[in-house]
Amino acid sequence: MIDWQLIADNRELLVEGMLYSLKLTGTAMLGGIVIGCLLALARLSSFKPLSLFAAFYVNLFRSVPLVLVIFWFYFLIPYFGFQIGPDKSVFITFTLFEAAYYSEIIRAGIQSISRGQVSAAYALGLTYPQTMRYILLPQAFRNMLPVLLTQTVVLFQDTSLVTIIGIKDFMGSNVVVASNNSAMTEMYTFAALAYFCVCFPVSLMLKRLHKRIAVIR
Amino acid sequence: MIDINNVSKWYGQFQVLTDCSTRINKGEVVVVCGPSGSGKSTLIKCVNGLEPFQSGTILVDGTSVGAPKTNLPKLRSRVGMVFQHFELFPHLSITENLCLAQMKVLGRNHEEAHNKGLQLLDRVGLKAHAEKFPGQLSGGQQQRVAIARALAMDPIAMLFDEPTSALDPEMINEVLDVMTQLAAEGMTMMCVTHEMGFARRVAHRVIFMDHGQIVEDAAKDEFFGSPRSERAQQFLSKILQH
Ligand SMILES: Nc1ncnc2c1ncn2[C@@H]1O[C@H](COP(=O)(O)OP(=O)(O)O)[C@@H](O)[C@H]1O
Ligand SMILES: [Mg+2]
Repeated sequence: MIDWQLIADNRELLVEGMLYSLKLTGTAMLGGIVIGCLLALARLSSFKPLSLFAAFYVNLFRSVPLVLVIFWFYFLIPYFGFQIGPDKSVFITFTLFEAAYYSEIIRAGIQSISRGQVSAAYALGLTYPQTMRYILLPQAFRNMLPVLLTQTVVLFQDTSLVTIIGIKDFMGSNVVVASNNSAMTEMYTFAALAYFCVCFPVSLMLKRLHKRIAVIR
Repeated sequence: MIDINNVSKWYGQFQVLTDCSTRINKGEVVVVCGPSGSGKSTLIKCVNGLEPFQSGTILVDGTSVGAPKTNLPKLRSRVGMVFQHFELFPHLSITENLCLAQMKVLGRNHEEAHNKGLQLLDRVGLKAHAEKFPGQLSGGQQQRVAIARALAMDPIAMLFDEPTSALDPEMINEVLDVMTQLAAEGMTMMCVTHEMGFARRVAHRVIFMDHGQIVEDAAKDEFFGSPRSERAQQFLSKILQH
Protein backbone atom coordinates (compact mmCIF):
# COMPACT_ATOMS: atom_id res chain seq x y z
CA MET A 1 0.00 0.00 0.00
CA ILE A 2 2.71 2.47 0.98
CA ASP A 3 6.07 2.39 -0.82
CA TRP A 4 8.48 3.36 1.98
CA GLN A 5 11.49 3.17 -0.34
CA LEU A 6 9.95 5.77 -2.61
CA ILE A 7 9.24 8.00 0.36
CA ALA A 8 12.77 7.64 1.67
CA ASP A 9 14.14 8.57 -1.74
CA ASN A 10 12.04 11.74 -1.80
CA ARG A 11 12.24 12.58 1.88
CA GLU A 12 13.84 15.97 1.33
CA LEU A 13 11.02 17.16 -0.92
CA LEU A 14 8.38 15.77 1.42
CA VAL A 15 9.94 17.21 4.57
CA GLU A 16 10.26 20.58 2.91
CA GLY A 17 6.63 20.36 1.85
CA MET A 18 5.54 19.58 5.40
CA LEU A 19 7.59 22.51 6.72
CA TYR A 20 5.96 24.81 4.19
CA SER A 21 2.49 23.63 5.25
CA LEU A 22 3.29 24.16 8.92
CA LYS A 23 4.77 27.57 8.23
CA LEU A 24 1.69 28.59 6.26
CA THR A 25 -0.56 27.29 9.05
CA GLY A 26 1.44 29.08 11.76
CA THR A 27 1.54 32.38 9.90
CA ALA A 28 -2.14 32.32 9.03
CA MET A 29 -2.97 31.39 12.60
CA LEU A 30 -0.98 34.22 14.22
CA GLY A 31 -1.89 36.81 11.59
CA GLY A 32 -5.49 35.58 11.51
CA ILE A 33 -5.85 35.81 15.29
CA VAL A 34 -4.40 39.34 15.40
CA ILE A 35 -6.56 40.61 12.54
CA GLY A 36 -9.50 38.53 13.77
CA CYS A 37 -9.17 40.16 17.17
CA LEU A 38 -9.29 43.64 15.62
CA LEU A 39 -12.27 42.60 13.49
CA ALA A 40 -14.10 41.24 16.53
CA LEU A 41 -13.53 44.47 18.47
CA ALA A 42 -14.65 46.46 15.42
CA ARG A 43 -17.75 44.30 15.06
CA LEU A 44 -18.66 44.87 18.71
CA SER A 45 -17.92 48.58 18.53
CA SER A 46 -20.80 51.01 18.95
CA PHE A 47 -19.33 53.08 16.09
CA LYS A 48 -21.60 51.94 13.23
CA PRO A 49 -19.28 52.31 10.19
CA LEU A 50 -16.64 50.22 11.95
CA SER A 51 -19.01 47.42 12.92
CA LEU A 52 -20.61 47.43 9.47
CA PHE A 53 -17.22 47.13 7.80
CA ALA A 54 -16.26 44.21 10.07
CA ALA A 55 -19.58 42.48 9.45
CA PHE A 56 -19.18 42.93 5.68
CA TYR A 57 -15.64 41.53 5.75
CA VAL A 58 -16.56 38.50 7.83
CA ASN A 59 -19.68 37.66 5.85
CA LEU A 60 -17.87 38.07 2.55
CA PHE A 61 -15.07 35.65 3.37
CA ARG A 62 -17.36 33.18 5.06
CA SER A 63 -19.60 33.03 2.01
CA VAL A 64 -16.94 32.37 -0.62
CA PRO A 65 -15.22 28.98 -1.06
CA LEU A 66 -11.58 28.99 -0.04
CA VAL A 67 -10.51 27.67 -3.45
CA LEU A 68 -11.99 30.74 -5.07
CA VAL A 69 -10.26 33.06 -2.65
CA ILE A 70 -6.95 31.36 -3.38
CA PHE A 71 -7.48 31.74 -7.16
CA TRP A 72 -8.69 35.26 -6.74
CA PHE A 73 -5.65 36.49 -4.81
CA TYR A 74 -3.36 34.48 -7.08
CA PHE A 75 -4.53 36.46 -10.10
CA LEU A 76 -5.38 39.70 -8.33
CA ILE A 77 -2.14 40.45 -6.53
CA PRO A 78 -0.03 40.49 -9.74
CA TYR A 79 -2.80 42.53 -11.37
CA PHE A 80 -2.17 45.28 -8.83
CA GLY A 81 1.52 45.15 -9.73
CA PHE A 82 2.87 43.13 -6.80
CA GLN A 83 5.16 40.42 -8.16
CA ILE A 84 5.48 38.34 -5.02
CA GLY A 85 4.71 34.96 -6.56
CA PRO A 86 2.19 32.34 -5.48
CA ASP A 87 4.44 30.98 -2.71
CA LYS A 88 4.05 34.22 -0.78
CA SER A 89 0.64 35.32 -1.98
CA VAL A 90 -1.08 32.40 -0.25
CA PHE A 91 0.31 33.59 3.09
CA ILE A 92 -1.72 36.76 2.62
CA THR A 93 -4.73 34.82 1.32
CA PHE A 94 -4.87 32.44 4.26
CA THR A 95 -4.24 35.13 6.86
CA LEU A 96 -7.08 37.28 5.54
CA PHE A 97 -9.40 34.31 5.04
CA GLU A 98 -8.79 32.78 8.45
CA ALA A 99 -9.14 36.19 10.13
CA ALA A 100 -12.85 36.06 9.23
CA TYR A 101 -13.29 32.68 10.96
CA TYR A 102 -11.13 33.51 13.97
CA SER A 103 -12.95 36.81 14.44
CA GLU A 104 -16.28 35.04 14.90
CA ILE A 105 -14.75 32.73 17.50
CA ILE A 106 -13.13 35.68 19.27
CA ARG A 107 -16.36 37.66 19.17
CA ALA A 108 -18.22 34.81 20.85
CA GLY A 109 -15.40 34.59 23.41
CA ILE A 110 -15.65 38.28 24.20
CA GLN A 111 -19.42 38.09 24.49
CA SER A 112 -19.07 35.21 26.96
CA ILE A 113 -17.52 37.61 29.48
CA SER A 114 -20.13 39.51 31.51
CA ARG A 115 -20.65 43.24 31.07
CA GLY A 116 -19.98 43.63 34.78
CA GLN A 117 -16.30 42.80 34.27
CA VAL A 118 -15.94 45.65 31.81
CA SER A 119 -17.85 48.02 34.11
CA ALA A 120 -15.60 47.05 37.02
CA ALA A 121 -12.48 47.71 34.95
CA TYR A 122 -13.79 51.08 33.78
CA ALA A 123 -14.85 51.96 37.32
CA LEU A 124 -11.24 51.53 38.43
CA GLY A 125 -10.17 54.07 35.81
CA LEU A 126 -8.80 51.67 33.21
CA THR A 127 -9.10 52.93 29.64
CA TYR A 128 -10.73 50.94 26.81
CA PRO A 129 -7.41 49.51 25.51
CA GLN A 130 -6.30 48.62 29.05
CA THR A 131 -9.64 46.98 29.78
CA MET A 132 -9.36 44.89 26.62
CA ARG A 133 -5.75 43.95 27.21
CA TYR A 134 -5.76 43.15 30.93
CA ILE A 135 -9.33 42.14 31.69
CA LEU A 136 -11.46 41.14 28.73
CA LEU A 137 -9.17 39.47 26.20
CA PRO A 138 -7.21 37.31 28.68
CA GLN A 139 -10.46 35.85 30.00
CA ALA A 140 -12.01 35.56 26.56
CA PHE A 141 -8.93 33.84 25.11
CA ARG A 142 -8.79 31.36 27.92
CA ASN A 143 -12.42 30.42 27.26
CA MET A 144 -12.01 30.13 23.52
CA LEU A 145 -8.53 28.60 23.29
CA PRO A 146 -9.74 25.07 22.47
CA VAL A 147 -12.05 26.38 19.74
CA LEU A 148 -9.33 28.59 18.26
CA LEU A 149 -6.94 25.65 18.11
CA THR A 150 -9.59 23.37 16.62
CA GLN A 151 -10.05 25.95 13.88
CA THR A 152 -6.28 25.82 13.37
CA VAL A 153 -6.40 22.06 12.82
CA VAL A 154 -9.00 22.68 10.12
CA LEU A 155 -6.77 25.42 8.72
CA PHE A 156 -3.83 23.01 8.54
CA GLN A 157 -5.91 20.60 6.45
CA ASP A 158 -7.18 23.43 4.27
CA THR A 159 -3.66 24.60 3.42
CA SER A 160 -3.44 21.50 1.17
CA LEU A 161 -5.63 23.44 -1.28
CA VAL A 162 -2.63 25.55 -2.35
CA THR A 163 -1.54 22.52 -4.38
CA ILE A 164 -3.96 23.64 -7.09
CA ILE A 165 -1.88 26.71 -7.92
CA GLY A 166 1.26 24.59 -8.15
CA ILE A 167 2.75 25.17 -4.71
CA LYS A 168 4.81 22.35 -3.23
CA ASP A 169 3.33 22.22 0.23
CA PHE A 170 3.08 18.77 1.80
CA MET A 171 0.18 17.78 -0.43
CA GLY A 172 1.87 19.33 -3.46
CA SER A 173 5.09 17.41 -2.82
CA ASN A 174 3.10 14.20 -2.64
CA VAL A 175 1.44 15.02 -5.93
CA VAL A 176 4.84 15.58 -7.56
CA VAL A 177 6.29 12.33 -6.26
CA ALA A 178 3.12 10.47 -7.17
CA SER A 179 2.99 11.63 -10.77
CA ASN A 180 6.74 11.35 -11.41
CA ASN A 181 6.69 7.74 -10.27
CA SER A 182 3.16 6.76 -11.27
CA ALA A 183 2.52 5.92 -7.65
CA MET A 184 -0.83 7.60 -7.03
CA THR A 185 -2.29 5.02 -4.65
CA GLU A 186 0.89 4.70 -2.61
CA MET A 187 1.60 8.39 -2.24
CA TYR A 188 -1.98 9.51 -1.58
CA THR A 189 -2.40 6.82 1.04
CA PHE A 190 0.82 8.04 2.63
CA ALA A 191 -0.34 11.67 2.51
CA ALA A 192 -3.66 10.79 4.12
CA LEU A 193 -1.87 8.84 6.85
CA ALA A 194 0.52 11.74 7.47
CA TYR A 195 -2.28 14.32 7.79
CA PHE A 196 -4.13 11.98 10.12
CA CYS A 197 -1.05 11.45 12.28
CA VAL A 198 -0.65 15.20 12.73
CA CYS A 199 -4.29 16.17 13.20
CA PHE A 200 -5.74 13.34 15.26
CA PRO A 201 -3.39 13.55 18.27
CA VAL A 202 -3.79 17.33 18.31
CA SER A 203 -7.57 16.98 18.29
CA LEU A 204 -7.37 14.52 21.19
CA MET A 205 -5.22 16.94 23.17
CA LEU A 206 -7.66 19.76 22.47
CA LYS A 207 -10.54 17.70 23.78
CA ARG A 208 -8.70 17.23 27.07
CA LEU A 209 -7.77 20.92 27.18
CA HIS A 210 -11.43 21.78 26.68
CA LYS A 211 -12.41 19.64 29.64
CA ARG A 212 -9.72 21.14 31.87
CA ILE A 213 -10.74 24.70 31.06
CA ALA A 214 -14.37 23.82 31.70
CA VAL A 215 -13.39 22.63 35.18
CA ILE A 216 -11.45 25.78 36.05
CA ARG A 217 -14.34 27.97 35.07
CA MET B 1 -18.76 66.57 46.53
CA ILE B 2 -21.35 64.92 44.27
CA ASP B 3 -23.86 67.31 42.70
CA ILE B 4 -26.71 65.81 40.69
CA ASN B 5 -28.82 68.42 38.89
CA ASN B 6 -32.00 67.60 36.95
CA VAL B 7 -30.62 64.43 35.44
CA SER B 8 -32.86 62.61 32.96
CA LYS B 9 -32.04 59.52 30.98
CA TRP B 10 -33.82 57.51 28.34
CA TYR B 11 -33.30 54.04 26.94
CA GLY B 12 -34.80 54.69 23.52
CA GLN B 13 -38.40 55.71 24.26
CA PHE B 14 -38.30 54.51 27.84
CA GLN B 15 -37.45 57.16 30.42
CA VAL B 16 -35.37 55.57 33.21
CA LEU B 17 -34.53 58.74 35.15
CA THR B 18 -36.70 61.82 35.44
CA ASP B 19 -35.27 65.09 36.71
CA CYS B 20 -33.16 63.63 39.48
CA SER B 21 -31.46 66.18 41.71
CA THR B 22 -29.56 65.69 44.92
CA ARG B 23 -26.31 66.60 46.53
CA ILE B 24 -23.91 64.53 48.59
CA ASN B 25 -21.52 66.50 50.73
CA LYS B 26 -18.03 65.53 51.72
CA GLY B 27 -18.10 62.92 54.46
CA GLU B 28 -21.80 62.27 54.03
CA VAL B 29 -23.31 58.79 53.82
CA VAL B 30 -26.42 58.62 51.68
CA VAL B 31 -28.51 55.48 51.28
CA VAL B 32 -30.57 55.11 48.11
CA CYS B 33 -33.50 52.72 48.26
CA GLY B 34 -36.60 51.97 46.24
CA PRO B 35 -38.37 49.13 44.42
CA SER B 36 -36.56 47.01 41.88
CA GLY B 37 -36.44 48.72 38.49
CA SER B 38 -36.84 52.20 39.93
CA GLY B 39 -33.54 53.40 38.44
CA LYS B 40 -31.20 53.21 41.46
CA SER B 41 -28.41 51.38 39.63
CA THR B 42 -28.79 53.63 36.63
CA LEU B 43 -28.49 56.76 38.75
CA ILE B 44 -25.42 55.56 40.62
CA LYS B 45 -23.77 54.50 37.35
CA CYS B 46 -24.35 57.96 35.95
CA VAL B 47 -22.29 59.40 38.79
CA ASN B 48 -19.04 57.86 37.52
CA GLY B 49 -20.02 57.94 33.87
CA LEU B 50 -20.59 54.21 33.42
CA GLU B 51 -23.96 55.19 31.97
CA PRO B 52 -24.39 58.29 29.80
CA PHE B 53 -27.38 60.55 30.43
CA GLN B 54 -29.14 62.88 28.01
CA SER B 55 -29.97 65.91 30.12
CA GLY B 56 -28.92 67.55 33.36
CA THR B 57 -25.48 67.73 34.95
CA ILE B 58 -23.50 65.78 37.49
CA LEU B 59 -20.49 67.35 39.15
CA VAL B 60 -18.03 65.18 41.06
CA ASP B 61 -15.63 67.31 43.06
CA GLY B 62 -16.27 70.11 40.58
CA THR B 63 -15.72 68.00 37.44
CA SER B 64 -18.69 67.63 35.10
CA VAL B 65 -19.22 63.93 34.34
CA GLY B 66 -21.22 64.44 31.17
CA ALA B 67 -19.00 67.09 29.57
CA PRO B 68 -17.36 65.79 26.39
CA LYS B 69 -13.93 67.06 27.35
CA THR B 70 -13.91 65.31 30.74
CA ASN B 71 -11.27 62.62 31.13
CA LEU B 72 -13.63 59.88 32.32
CA PRO B 73 -11.01 57.24 33.20
CA LYS B 74 -9.25 59.80 35.38
CA LEU B 75 -12.48 60.81 37.09
CA ARG B 76 -13.47 57.18 37.64
CA SER B 77 -10.10 56.39 39.18
CA ARG B 78 -11.00 58.87 41.94
CA VAL B 79 -14.43 57.37 42.65
CA GLY B 80 -14.57 53.84 44.02
CA MET B 81 -17.40 51.54 42.99
CA VAL B 82 -18.60 48.27 44.47
CA PHE B 83 -20.98 46.03 42.51
CA GLN B 84 -23.70 43.62 43.46
CA HIS B 85 -21.83 40.69 41.92
CA PHE B 86 -18.37 41.71 43.22
CA GLU B 87 -16.79 41.65 39.75
CA LEU B 88 -13.36 40.62 40.91
CA PHE B 89 -11.23 39.62 37.93
CA PRO B 90 -11.31 35.82 38.07
CA HIS B 91 -8.13 35.29 36.04
CA LEU B 92 -6.05 37.37 38.47
CA SER B 93 -5.00 36.55 42.03
CA ILE B 94 -6.35 38.66 44.89
CA THR B 95 -3.07 40.59 45.01
CA GLU B 96 -3.14 41.19 41.26
CA ASN B 97 -6.75 42.35 41.52
CA LEU B 98 -5.62 44.91 44.07
CA CYS B 99 -2.49 46.03 42.20
CA LEU B 100 -3.57 46.22 38.57
CA ALA B 101 -5.31 49.60 38.51
CA GLN B 102 -2.90 51.14 41.01
CA MET B 103 -0.06 50.36 38.61
CA LYS B 104 -1.74 50.92 35.25
CA VAL B 105 -3.84 53.94 36.18
CA LEU B 106 -2.02 55.67 39.02
CA GLY B 107 1.45 54.66 37.85
CA ARG B 108 2.52 53.26 41.21
CA ASN B 109 5.41 50.83 41.13
CA HIS B 110 4.88 47.20 42.03
CA GLU B 111 6.19 47.42 45.58
CA GLU B 112 4.14 50.48 46.42
CA ALA B 113 0.99 48.92 44.96
CA HIS B 114 1.65 45.62 46.67
CA ASN B 115 2.14 47.21 50.08
CA LYS B 116 -0.96 49.31 49.72
CA GLY B 117 -2.94 46.26 48.60
CA LEU B 118 -1.79 44.14 51.53
CA GLN B 119 -2.50 46.93 53.99
CA LEU B 120 -6.09 47.21 52.74
CA LEU B 121 -6.50 43.46 52.62
CA ASP B 122 -5.45 43.38 56.24
CA ARG B 123 -8.00 46.06 57.00
CA VAL B 124 -10.85 43.97 55.58
CA GLY B 125 -9.47 40.95 57.45
CA LEU B 126 -8.27 38.93 54.47
CA LYS B 127 -4.49 39.23 54.49
CA ALA B 128 -4.10 35.45 54.65
CA HIS B 129 -5.87 35.08 51.30
CA ALA B 130 -3.59 37.38 49.26
CA GLU B 131 -2.31 34.69 46.91
CA LYS B 132 -5.63 32.97 46.28
CA PHE B 133 -7.91 33.48 43.31
CA PRO B 134 -11.38 35.02 43.58
CA GLY B 135 -13.08 31.69 42.87
CA GLN B 136 -11.54 30.26 46.05
CA LEU B 137 -13.20 32.83 48.31
CA SER B 138 -16.76 33.01 49.66
CA GLY B 139 -19.10 35.72 48.43
CA GLY B 140 -18.64 37.85 51.53
CA GLN B 141 -14.87 37.58 51.26
CA GLN B 142 -14.97 38.48 47.57
CA GLN B 143 -17.03 41.57 48.29
CA ARG B 144 -14.59 42.65 50.98
CA VAL B 145 -11.74 42.25 48.50
CA ALA B 146 -13.75 44.32 46.00
CA ILE B 147 -14.06 47.09 48.60
CA ALA B 148 -10.32 46.89 49.30
CA ARG B 149 -9.63 47.05 45.56
CA ALA B 150 -11.66 50.24 45.25
CA LEU B 151 -10.03 51.76 48.34
CA ALA B 152 -6.55 51.04 46.96
CA MET B 153 -7.11 53.87 44.50
CA ASP B 154 -7.48 56.38 47.38
CA PRO B 155 -10.95 57.43 46.20
CA ILE B 156 -12.57 60.69 47.25
CA ALA B 157 -15.97 58.97 47.35
CA MET B 158 -17.37 55.44 47.20
CA LEU B 159 -20.41 54.16 45.30
CA PHE B 160 -22.09 50.92 46.36
CA ASP B 161 -24.71 49.22 44.20
CA GLU B 162 -26.53 46.68 46.38
CA PRO B 163 -23.27 45.29 47.78
CA THR B 164 -24.99 42.67 49.94
CA SER B 165 -27.96 41.53 47.88
CA ALA B 166 -26.11 38.68 46.19
CA LEU B 167 -24.82 37.35 49.50
CA ASP B 168 -26.02 34.54 51.74
CA PRO B 169 -27.57 36.06 54.88
CA GLU B 170 -24.73 34.96 57.17
CA MET B 171 -22.22 36.91 55.07
CA ILE B 172 -24.06 40.20 54.92
CA ASN B 173 -22.76 41.54 58.20
CA GLU B 174 -19.08 41.07 57.46
CA VAL B 175 -19.52 43.36 54.44
CA LEU B 176 -21.73 45.87 56.28
CA ASP B 177 -19.14 46.02 59.08
CA VAL B 178 -16.46 47.07 56.60
CA MET B 179 -18.80 49.71 55.18
CA THR B 180 -19.72 50.96 58.65
CA GLN B 181 -16.06 51.32 59.55
CA LEU B 182 -15.46 53.19 56.32
CA ALA B 183 -18.30 55.58 57.09
CA ALA B 184 -16.93 56.14 60.58
CA GLU B 185 -13.64 57.20 59.03
CA GLY B 186 -15.44 59.95 57.15
CA MET B 187 -15.66 58.47 53.64
CA THR B 188 -18.21 60.06 51.33
CA MET B 189 -20.57 57.25 50.39
CA MET B 190 -23.56 56.72 48.13
CA CYS B 191 -25.06 53.31 48.86
CA VAL B 192 -27.88 51.62 47.03
CA THR B 193 -29.06 49.09 49.58
CA HIS B 194 -32.15 47.64 51.17
CA GLU B 195 -30.38 47.07 54.48
CA MET B 196 -32.47 49.43 56.53
CA GLY B 197 -30.61 48.51 59.71
CA PHE B 198 -27.44 49.78 58.09
CA ALA B 199 -29.26 52.90 56.93
CA ARG B 200 -30.52 53.60 60.46
CA ARG B 201 -27.10 53.12 62.02
CA VAL B 202 -24.84 54.72 59.44
CA ALA B 203 -26.62 56.94 56.94
CA HIS B 204 -26.98 60.67 57.25
CA ARG B 205 -29.61 60.85 54.58
CA VAL B 206 -31.94 58.47 52.78
CA ILE B 207 -33.14 58.87 49.20
CA PHE B 208 -36.19 56.96 48.05
CA MET B 209 -36.65 56.40 44.31
CA ASP B 210 -39.66 55.19 42.37
CA HIS B 211 -40.25 55.06 38.61
CA GLY B 212 -37.01 56.90 37.90
CA GLN B 213 -37.78 59.79 40.21
CA ILE B 214 -36.34 60.84 43.53
CA VAL B 215 -39.55 60.79 45.54
CA GLU B 216 -38.06 61.34 48.95
CA ASP B 217 -34.74 62.87 50.00
CA ALA B 218 -34.60 63.39 53.73
CA ALA B 219 -32.38 63.25 56.78
CA LYS B 220 -32.34 59.77 58.25
CA ASP B 221 -34.44 60.48 61.34
CA GLU B 222 -36.95 62.37 59.31
CA PHE B 223 -37.18 59.55 56.74
CA PHE B 224 -37.69 56.77 59.26
CA GLY B 225 -39.86 58.96 61.44
CA SER B 226 -42.38 60.15 58.91
CA PRO B 227 -41.78 59.55 55.20
CA ARG B 228 -43.93 62.06 53.41
CA SER B 229 -44.85 60.05 50.33
CA GLU B 230 -47.28 57.19 50.42
CA ARG B 231 -45.08 55.12 48.13
CA ALA B 232 -42.14 55.42 50.50
CA GLN B 233 -44.37 54.38 53.40
CA GLN B 234 -45.59 51.33 51.51
CA PHE B 235 -42.06 50.40 50.53
CA LEU B 236 -40.81 50.73 54.10
CA SER B 237 -43.61 48.71 55.59
CA LYS B 238 -42.95 45.95 53.06
CA ILE B 239 -39.23 45.88 53.63
CA LEU B 240 -39.35 46.15 57.43
CA GLN B 241 -41.69 43.17 57.68
CA HIS B 242 -38.93 40.91 56.44
N1 LIG C 1 -29.59 48.62 29.04
C1 LIG C 1 -30.90 48.85 29.28
N2 LIG C 1 -31.77 48.98 28.25
C2 LIG C 1 -33.07 49.21 28.46
N3 LIG C 1 -33.64 49.33 29.68
C3 LIG C 1 -32.83 49.20 30.75
C4 LIG C 1 -31.43 48.95 30.61
N4 LIG C 1 -30.88 48.87 31.85
C5 LIG C 1 -31.91 49.07 32.71
N5 LIG C 1 -33.07 49.25 32.06
C6 LIG C 1 -34.37 49.52 32.69
O1 LIG C 1 -34.26 50.68 33.44
C7 LIG C 1 -35.01 50.57 34.63
C8 LIG C 1 -34.14 50.88 35.82
O2 LIG C 1 -33.16 49.89 35.97
P1 LIG C 1 -32.17 49.88 37.20
O3 LIG C 1 -31.47 51.20 37.27
O4 LIG C 1 -31.28 48.69 37.07
O5 LIG C 1 -33.13 49.72 38.44
P2 LIG C 1 -32.82 49.30 39.93
O6 LIG C 1 -31.33 49.28 40.11
O7 LIG C 1 -33.49 50.34 40.75
O8 LIG C 1 -33.42 47.95 40.13
C9 LIG C 1 -35.57 49.16 34.66
O9 LIG C 1 -36.92 49.24 34.27
C10 LIG C 1 -34.77 48.42 33.66
O10 LIG C 1 -35.56 47.44 33.02
MG1 LIG D 1 -30.07 47.69 40.64
